[in-house]
Amino acid sequence: MGELKRTPLFDEYAKYGAKTIDFGGWELPVQFSSIKDEHEAVRNRAGLFDVSHMGEIFVKGKDVLGYLQKLLSNDISKIPVGGAQYNVMCYENGGVVDDLIVYNLGDDQYLLVVNAANIEKDFEWMKKHAEGDVTIINQSDEYALIALQGPLSEKILQTLTDVNLSELKPFQFKASVQVSGYSVLLSRSGYTGEDGFELYGEPNSIVALWNKLLEAGKEDGLIPCGLGARDTLRFEACLPLYGQELSENISPLEAGIGFAVKLQKDADFIGKEALKNQKEQGLSRKLVGIEMIDKGIPRHGYKVFKGDTEIGEVTTGTQIPSTKRNLGLALLDIQYTEIGTEVEVEIRNKKVKAHVVPKPFYKREK
Amino acid sequence: MSIPKELRYTKEHEWVKLEDGKVRVGITDFAQSELGDIVFVELPQVGDEIQMNEPFGSVESVKTVSELYAPISGKVVEVNTELEDSPELVNESPYENAWMIVVEPADSSQLDELLTAEQYEEIISE
Repeated sequence: MGELKRTPLFDEYAKYGAKTIDFGGWELPVQFSSIKDEHEAVRNRAGLFDVSHMGEIFVKGKDVLGYLQKLLSNDISKIPVGGAQYNVMCYENGGVVDDLIVYNLGDDQYLLVVNAANIEKDFEWMKKHAEGDVTIINQSDEYALIALQGPLSEKILQTLTDVNLSELKPFQFKASVQVSGYSVLLSRSGYTGEDGFELYGEPNSIVALWNKLLEAGKEDGLIPCGLGARDTLRFEACLPLYGQELSENISPLEAGIGFAVKLQKDADFIGKEALKNQKEQGLSRKLVGIEMIDKGIPRHGYKVFKGDTEIGEVTTGTQIPSTKRNLGLALLDIQYTEIGTEVEVEIRNKKVKAHVVPKPFYKREK
Repeated sequence: MSIPKELRYTKEHEWVKLEDGKVRVGITDFAQSELGDIVFVELPQVGDEIQMNEPFGSVESVKTVSELYAPISGKVVEVNTELEDSPELVNESPYENAWMIVVEPADSSQLDELLTAEQYEEIISE
């Protein structure tokens, strides 16, 4: 085991009482105060996350659009300059290399933001499939990233910038924005199911920005949040997590993110053929929400049964800190995926009753 | 971190209180603090036999599941059913309100194998 990697904000964690864990080779805060308090802060007020471990890969060159159209599942030609789009990078068989956000920077330049644990794998995959005038640069170590999430995010951030934030819509960004005197790429986006912003900045300015934001948001109840709350928040909003809802063995159609897979676009993107076949033949399994009827909490990897037949497994499960509902996402055989279907989750050798429920489990009011 | 002197401990972070021939069992302040918000406690039923060093139940925080290990063998004679509806008591009052089970020991000599407060403190400070 090598040393755990740390973000530029590592030294700030202790000041706010963080407990850290090994997250895919990174020493990151799982919580500052408590997952429950942090979850509720983001739903009702605001929370600040250090997600500097995420990967930033820049792609540029005159053939960049054609290249990305072949590499990725969504329609890259639909992203305006200053816009962002959710995408899936697939293998030939339709399994997933990674899910990511693509930013159109203009002048034939794009930024791909990928999962930390997949940076090297993605970068190699991207280089392997490069064609024409395309340059691919992994700049993950040159960018730090903090996410300000929650309904009061705009109000808090507006006190530190002259940019009119009400004009920045979800999935829009501005490349060189001054926030409290520091230049960042400011994006209205996030991974919590809440309104919010992501600030990509230089590692040496991120500590100051982090502290400025916490100070600016103090009266509105802004608190630092860890990966624990990030996970319960994204789970409640049913946003997939690579390695759980998505993997090389789970296709984006099975995971229910078909909206990011444009089978009708002209480019033959990698995996298109396999996904088209999967769609035409009908899915054999799909991701559903389940809620426990009897006592118990579903967890990643728990098996799901109908009678004696194993019909799938839980990809993520927990008790939602705010509502106390014991919920799971589960990949189940297609004949058991209708809302209301009763199933059983095997928890420590006992089969515990659950049923299929609608997802997402949380949707913010607009 | 509170480690009451009068209790005995296991290296799996259970505490044990001797009460006229029976033992009361719970998890330590250190354990609850490491786990974070406890949201579910699964305990055996009155009358169940438990085995020393074997799991007798589990506690779940938002993030993880942890097994509870029996500090001694014996018969469960009382269960704290209040934890079913109020698992957060484990965080709030690990040594008092959040006791978990009372056991009638099968072999009292097993009690000698438990840790003292000083020994337990040494383990968690490592």
